[in-house]
Amino acid sequence: MHNFTPLPALAGGLLIGTAAALMLLLKGRIAGISGIVGGLLQPTHGDSSWRALFLVGMMTAPILTMLYSGHLPEVTATVSDRTLVIAGLLVGFGTRLGSGCTSGHGVCGLARRSKRSLVATLTFIGTGALTVWVVRHLLGGIL
Amino acid sequence: MKARRSLVSLALGALFGLGLTISGMIHPHKVQDFLDVTDLGGRWDPSLGLVMGGALLVTLLSYPFILRRSQPVLGHKFHLPAAKDIDGRMVAGAALFGVGWGLGGFCPGPALTSLTTGSRPAMIFVVAMLLGMALHRAFHDLRQPHNHA
Repeated sequence: MHNFTPLPALAGGLLIGTAAALMLLLKGRIAGISGIVGGLLQPTHGDSSWRALFLVGMMTAPILTMLYSGHLPEVTATVSDRTLVIAGLLVGFGTRLGSGCTSGHGVCGLARRSKRSLVATLTFIGTGALTVWVVRHLLGGIL
Repeated sequence: MKARRSLVSLALGALFGLGLTISGMIHPHKVQDFLDVTDLGGRWDPSLGLVMGGALLVTLLSYPFILRRSQPVLGHKFHLPAAKDIDGRMVAGAALFGVGWGLGGFCPGPALTSLTTGSRPAMIFVVAMLLGMALHRAFHDLRQPHNHA
């Protein structure tokens, strides 16, 4: 647990929760990122601009943190480009088929006490943990 | 009114993205270290659990009060998911998502947020993710060619 960062994790989590709560209070919407993106891929009139604006706002965050820290965070991969492509395809297809991702099911759905979201969250954490075990401990991290 | 609503969407996105950035969840290794539950004494990193816990603390406490309102502050109605069934399709989707999440260490929010850091892996992942979403749409249309609702 040498890499545990409790304070930034808790602070970041509270911000995410606050954003999701304000989203429901002000706009009556669930802050589920895969759903917000998915809605943009099948646009209906008058339902696209808030989605695009939310995503643009989200992407300003690293720049906003740079104003404070003086540098952009460096986001690096742990796997090859080919594996990233497979991962992306699975995440894109899976979140649409499963109607949600970490934010929609994990943060918003659980708060609505949705059994569906609880099952989804336990499922993706389960298969995620299994995948990491296979990649790191069975294959020795060679992807 | 329209400008104010746009500004709110932008600000809420920024707040959400700041949470992802500050918590460190934009880094694939932080996510994978959380999922590495068989390495409890070594690489396991509970941070992601605390991020979800912190977020849930706010949403669990606030949602019931918010949903007591007849309508949201800037809208006419609440848009809540109607589906309640735990069907095979939903579980299969969540399972596939988990495999991709574990493989790459990215989920949709962090990957999109990371784009402005200039991260090449995030760009590759996001393009593939959008393709995956489009593929789902194509399959959906194949199965139900007359239903575009």
